[in-house]
Amino acid sequence: MEDYRQTKGRIFDIQKFSIHDGDGIRTIVFLKGCVLRCRWCCNPESQEYAVQTMTVAGEERTIGRDVTVEEVMKTVEQDRPYYYRSGGGLTLSGGESLCQPEFAGNLLRAAKESGINTAMESMACAQYDVIERILPYLDHYLLDIKHMNPAKHREYTGRSNELMLENAKKIARSGQVRLSIRIPVIPTFNDSAEEIREIAAYAKELVHVEKIHLLPYHRLGQDKYDGLGREYEMKDILPPSAEHMQELKVAAEAESGLPCQIGG
Amino acid sequence: MGLYQYEIADVKKTDRIDRLIANLFAKMPEIESARARLITESYQRTEAEPMIIRRAKAFVHILENIPIIIREDELVVGSSTIAPRGCQTYPEFSYEWLEAEFDTVAGRSADPFYISEEAKREIKEADRYWKGKTTSELATSYMAPETLTAMEHNMFTPGNYFYNGVGHVTVQYEKVLAIGFEGIRAEAEQLLAACDMGDGDYARKSRFLQAVILSCDGVIAYARRYARLAEQMASQCGDAARKAELLQISANCQKVPAKGAETFYEACQSFWFVQQLLQLESSGHSISPGRFDQYMYPYYERDRKRGTLSREFAQELMDCIWVKLNDLNKCRDAVSAEGFAGYSLFQNLIAGGQNGDGVDVTNDLSFMCIQASMHVQLPQPSFSVRVWNGSPHEFLIKAAELTRTGVGLPAYYNDEVIIPALVSRGLTLQDAREYNIIGCVEPQKAGKTEGWHDAAFFNMCRPLELVFSQGMDRGVQVGIKTGPVEEMQDFEEFYNAYKEQMNYMIKLLVNADNAIDAAHAQRCPLPFLSCMVDDCMKRGLSVQEGGAVYNFTGPQGFGVANMADSLYAVKTLVFEEHKATLKEFKEALATNYGKGLTKEMIGDMTARIAAGLKAAGQEIGEKEVAVIMKTVIEASELPAVKEKGERLLKLIEEVPKFGNDIPEVDAFARDVAYTYTRPLQEYKNPRGGIFQAGLYPVSANVPLGAQTGATPDGRLAGTPVADGVSPSAGKDVNGPTAAANSVARLDHFIASNGTLFNQKFHPSALSGREGLEKFVALIRAYFDQKGSHMQFNVVSRETLLDAQKNPEKYKHLVVRVAGYSALFTTLSRSLQDDIINRTEQGFNY
Repeated sequence: MEDYRQTKGRIFDIQKFSIHDGDGIRTIVFLKGCVLRCRWCCNPESQEYAVQTMTVAGEERTIGRDVTVEEVMKTVEQDRPYYYRSGGGLTLSGGESLCQPEFAGNLLRAAKESGINTAMESMACAQYDVIERILPYLDHYLLDIKHMNPAKHREYTGRSNELMLENAKKIARSGQVRLSIRIPVIPTFNDSAEEIREIAAYAKELVHVEKIHLLPYHRLGQDKYDGLGREYEMKDILPPSAEHMQELKVAAEAESGLPCQIGG
Repeated sequence: MGLYQYEIADVKKTDRIDRLIANLFAKMPEIESARARLITESYQRTEAEPMIIRRAKAFVHILENIPIIIREDELVVGSSTIAPRGCQTYPEFSYEWLEAEFDTVAGRSADPFYISEEAKREIKEADRYWKGKTTSELATSYMAPETLTAMEHNMFTPGNYFYNGVGHVTVQYEKVLAIGFEGIRAEAEQLLAACDMGDGDYARKSRFLQAVILSCDGVIAYARRYARLAEQMASQCGDAARKAELLQISANCQKVPAKGAETFYEACQSFWFVQQLLQLESSGHSISPGRFDQYMYPYYERDRKRGTLSREFAQELMDCIWVKLNDLNKCRDAVSAEGFAGYSLFQNLIAGGQNGDGVDVTNDLSFMCIQASMHVQLPQPSFSVRVWNGSPHEFLIKAAELTRTGVGLPAYYNDEVIIPALVSRGLTLQDAREYNIIGCVEPQKAGKTEGWHDAAFFNMCRPLELVFSQGMDRGVQVGIKTGPVEEMQDFEEFYNAYKEQMNYMIKLLVNADNAIDAAHAQRCPLPFLSCMVDDCMKRGLSVQEGGAVYNFTGPQGFGVANMADSLYAVKTLVFEEHKATLKEFKEALATNYGKGLTKEMIGDMTARIAAGLKAAGQEIGEKEVAVIMKTVIEASELPAVKEKGERLLKLIEEVPKFGNDIPEVDAFARDVAYTYTRPLQEYKNPRGGIFQAGLYPVSANVPLGAQTGATPDGRLAGTPVADGVSPSAGKDVNGPTAAANSVARLDHFIASNGTLFNQKFHPSALSGREGLEKFVALIRAYFDQKGSHMQFNVVSRETLLDAQKNPEKYKHLVVRVAGYSALFTTLSRSLQDDIINRTEQGFNY
């Protein structure tokens, strides 16, 4: 076996039959560790790289395990018949996969070399040379852009957005991947038509963007904060209404001229 | 590319269809007495005649005299009862259960029926004649005593054919459509003329052919009664439009099914009389229309080319037939009603697939069949689609749209498994390619097969209970005496004991089925049915006597997942990890893991102890029994017992389970399924055919689970057994793809009587075109791995819970039960719970 398949990384979940995130039926591998600390994050257990304990339905559960690329691929391979029939494949998610660049890259490479389609959900929050090394193994970049205003971005996620926006341009210009822009729509943060339009305008400037996805905020992660003994700062925020999402979709489409969909 | 072009634009439902449905479901179904009275009258007059002639004469007597009705708004006519969704009774098969349940049948939880005092009186009067004359009584007298004991102890249940007609057949509808019963009658005449008085089979053959001729005449006469009634109604009808409809109905019934059909409308009416009257001749259910889209197509195509038929009217006629299929009904005994819950008649109608040459023959009507099921949203017909590597994608997408409505239809069948499986059972490749599905999941070649497809329920869990008790059940030696389980040295020994108990029970099951088979041949040969199945006429034998080209008996096993998980848990915990002993398992099972005993368990243990004491010379009266019972209950509730049970359950919990894409466990499950499928296929039936296993439960996994003690997979006593080949409820935790991969690892070819795999999806999984695409891909991928059947419930858990609370709001909510769909609110509470608890897939974040 080739050495790169022995690369170790830390994941906290593998989810099969994912049908709301990208093409076809996919297997999502969730990598542990993130550079941001978004207040609305629905996977708070993904943020720390360290292995943690979380209470789930009254029971203590260890979150995070170290695995090799080979081990993950064994699980990914199990659903090959479904990828084949649906045009699906492997998706990396997190956390931010780029926090474990070698593992993420080698995982994508292993999939690619076995003929499995690859996608990655990421904020592109890393030095570009790190991203560049991964691109040859990636079919579809699902790139998060949360806000155009650096200050507000910092306030709600813990970091400014310049590096990510710059990387978005470079990724688009590379022409090596299909590119979709994903915008989490979070009330009180970015859910005004104006804010969405700004992101849409940016997406328009990037070349090769295939689609914009508006992902409505949901509260399904709330219990996990309790499970981790953390306070959920968004308790009082309600998910955006279907009508409002529709308005934002129209706004984003008008601004960008790109196809836009609600949901993954 | 298939053979035919098709239009796929949707056709709208007409108001007529809504009205027909509203009328049909306005009242509780009713039991009527006319058939019971008429058949008895006829039988009393024909006692000296050959049985086949008596059957034909009785059938004709019924056809000539049973009350008939044309319901409001109907375009296709023919009703077996005056009351909508009513049923007749069939005392020639069995009757005692109905009399015993006269006063409870309207109030029972599963499939209640109203019955009037007048009907009760008439049925009771008729029944007096039948004492000692029924198929069930004759069958009982043919069975070995060991078999009767095993049945008393619920080891298996051949109840279906034991108490009812066989049904489970698809006839040559295409032949009736083409030449009518006058044509079939002429064939019989010709064959009769060719019978030589010196032939060895003259007696049998000539009488059989005469019976066919009588039956054909009877059916023609019956249709003409409708022609006259329609004409009469037309003459009194003030509404010009309805009057014209009635006159057309009259003309149709005058012509078909006597003669061949020339238009699509005539073909619809002709089809319906066959479908209806097969179910008046005998009480067998699962009389399946089969490949309706194929045999109806020539009539549709011709009318369309001539420009005499609009797609809209063709759709309306089909919708009318779909509604009519829900007009037929059957009352079963209370226990069977639980096993077949939902007033289901399992009239399986299938669309799509290949012709005998292997060419895809999906056509316009295939799409319109899907449309009809969307329009009526009713459990009948049990609608199925055939899927193969060459199926048109749009056809499957359209089928998925139907799935998305939540009606539990269609069921999907894999040609790539079923065709070779049938060939392995002796069908020609051409015949195998033309298969359709009977009842729940059972494939056969229409018009050539007597498949006895639903021959019994065999609960694979019960033989394992016998391993722990050395073959004893409630103090009686029911199984064979395998060694004391505590002393078994390795897993092989334990597994072999299970196989020995299985083999023995399978033999008894065969004994039961063959006894019933012989009884049907002797007492209830069916000439009308037989004239539409090859080679009955040529051989001069009814299907019951072995006249069909292909003969099978297909009893279905269930509980594969429970047994796989149970045996794997014993193997792992006792013999590999040494964390528990068989003695501990035995105690835990006997005490239901300390979770409280069921009534059956208390009774069983009390009986056993009492028998032991009696053998030791003690007097055992009622008082002593009460003391024993109290001791049994108290002993099972001791803290130490609870603690031990809890410990073992925790250990079992950790052992990997079937349904999670773990190759080692799945391979093991495959082997466990062979303990049923392999020994069974060594046996023969009296019609010269072989036994072939199915792996599906109808809905019997719930009531029969209630009679099953705790099992080593951690399943508690009295709870449902796993349905079909599906993983145990809640044990498949890695999503639908993992479950499907595991199930595909079973051998679906050897289970050539059909396997059944249930999945439940939240509606969100199928949203949008993208959702449909992914759903179809899931089916395709399961089928790529040689799964045979797949069916889905697409109803949210919240909806089902709400329906339990407010049944009146959900009168029409149809769900997939197991191999068929049923009205949710008519199911018993326990079956409703079982459906709610099936693992729900596809709502992931």
